[in-house]
Amino acid sequence: MIEAIFSSGFFQRAILAGSFLALACGLLGVFLVLRKDAMISHGLSHVAFAGVALGLVLNFLPVVISLIICVIGSLFILKLKEQAKLHGDTAIGILSSSGMALGILLASLKRNFGVELITYLFGDILAITPAEVWLSIGLALLVVVSIIIHYHQLVFMTFDRESALVSGVKVRKLDKLLIILTSITVVLGIRIVGLLLVSALTVIPAASALQLSRNFKSTLILSSLFSLLSILSGIFLAYVFNLPASATIVFLSVFIFLVSLGLRRAG
Amino acid sequence: MNQKQEEIVRVEEVSFFYEDFPAVKDVNLSIYRGDFLAIIGPNGSGKTTLLKIIVGLLKPQKGRVYLFGQALEEFSDWHKVGYIQQKATHFDPIFPISVEEVIACSLRSSQKVGRRAKDQSKEKIEKILKLVGLEKEIKKPITKLSGGQQQRVLIARALATEPEILLLDEPTTGVDYMTQESFYDLLGQLNQEHQLTIVLVTHDYGIVNKHVNKVACLNQKLIYHGEHSEFCQSAVVQELLSGGHHLVSHRH
Repeated sequence: MIEAIFSSGFFQRAILAGSFLALACGLLGVFLVLRKDAMISHGLSHVAFAGVALGLVLNFLPVVISLIICVIGSLFILKLKEQAKLHGDTAIGILSSSGMALGILLASLKRNFGVELITYLFGDILAITPAEVWLSIGLALLVVVSIIIHYHQLVFMTFDRESALVSGVKVRKLDKLLIILTSITVVLGIRIVGLLLVSALTVIPAASALQLSRNFKSTLILSSLFSLLSILSGIFLAYVFNLPASATIVFLSVFIFLVSLGLRRAG
Repeated sequence: MNQKQEEIVRVEEVSFFYEDFPAVKDVNLSIYRGDFLAIIGPNGSGKTTLLKIIVGLLKPQKGRVYLFGQALEEFSDWHKVGYIQQKATHFDPIFPISVEEVIACSLRSSQKVGRRAKDQSKEKIEKILKLVGLEKEIKKPITKLSGGQQQRVLIARALATEPEILLLDEPTTGVDYMTQESFYDLLGQLNQEHQLTIVLVTHDYGIVNKHVNKVACLNQKLIYHGEHSEFCQSAVVQELLSGGHHLVSHRH
C-alpha cells in the first residue's frame, strides 16, 4: 500500500511542493518570530484572500493575482508602519480586514465558485497541479536563496537594529525584502494548508526551534526540520486516513511544539 | 599634520527638536584622532540625542555633521565607526545567538560571501575575543553571560570592523561598580595602546575621569568643551553642582 501511495503522481507532487514550502517557512519564520512580526503572515493571508477572489472573478490564475495583491499589501503595511505612526499590529489589522472585506465583496459578485474558494481557504495539497509544483519550487528557492545571500545582515538587524543601521546595513531595504518574501511564502502556502492556516507554518516550527536552540544557525536548521517533518508526515497521514491535510499538518506542528516545550522544561 | 590634530568628527551649529522641545541647540564640536571624550550633563540634557545625530540615527533640523571630513549624508565608510547604544545589553531573552554569531553578523555584513572570508572572520573573531578576555565563551549564547561579559562582547563586535572611532552611550547602565571599572580600564587600554578615538556619553563622570582626556558638558547647549585637566577647575562644574545636578553617582 505504501508503495502505491509513493508512486502516485499527485502524492509525489504534494511531497515535492510541500518540501520546498517547508524550507521557506522554516527559515523565514525564525526571522519573523524574533522580529515580533509573527502575525504578519496571518494578516497577509487575509490580503491574499482578496487576490484569490479577484483571480476567481476574472477566471485568471488566482495564485498569481493573489501573489501580486499580497506583495502590494505587504509594502502598504510597511508604509503605514513608517508613516502613520502606527504599531505593526495595527497596520496589519487595517490591511488584513480590508483584504478580507474586499475578498468577500468580490466573492459575492460571482456566486458559483464556492467550492473552488473553499480549496483556497482550507488548502488542497493533493489537488496541486504540475505547473503549481514548479511555481512553488521556483518561489521557495527564491525565498531560501535571498535569505542565504543576506544572512548576516538579516541576523544583525534582527538582533540589534540600531547598531545594524549605524554599521551601514540597508535595514529599510531588507525590511522590504523580508515582507515581500513573507508574501511569497504565504501565497505558496495557500494551496497546501489554505489561507486560514498558512500563518501556522511560519510561526509554529520557529517557536518550537526556539525552545531548543542555543545559537542562530541551529534555530534555522531545527525550524526547517520541524516544518519539513510536520508537512511531510501531515500529507502522508492525511492521505492514509483520509483527513484534511491542512488541519493534520497544523496539529502535527503544534504537537512538535509541545514536545519541544516539554524537552526544554525537562532540560 | 600632527596625527593628534586630525579631525574625525565635526558638529556644526547643530540643533534638534522633539516636536517643539529643543533637545540640542546650536552645538559646535570637534573630535580629534586619539581623543577619549566624555560627553556629560544632567538627565535630559541632549547627550544621547547628540550621539545619535553624530552616527546618523537622527537627522538634525539645523546644522551639519562631518565624519572623516565628509558630510554625513555622503559618508559611506561605516566600518570606521563603532557604536554601542544605550541599554545595548537589554537583549530579548529568547534570542538564540552565540557570542561568535553576534560578532560574525557585524563583521560579515560588510564582507563578501565566500570560504576565504569565512575563515578570515573566524580567525579575527578569536583574536578580538582574546583582546576582551572572552575567548573561552565563543560558543556560549550571549544571553547566558553576565552583564559585564555582554558589554565586552559588544565592544568586541564594535571592534571587529576595525573602527577608528568608537561611540558609546551610557554603556555600563545596570552594571556593578567593579565591572564598570574593569570595562573603563579596557576602553582606556584601547585608547592608549590601539589609538582608538573614543566618545563616551555618561552621567557618571567620577568613574571615567581617570581615562578621558577631553570633556564636553552639555545642557541642550554645549557649555564646556576642552581638556579634562581644566574641566574640574572650571566655573561650569561649580555652576552645575550649585544647581543640584549630580555628575558622580552615589555608590554603596
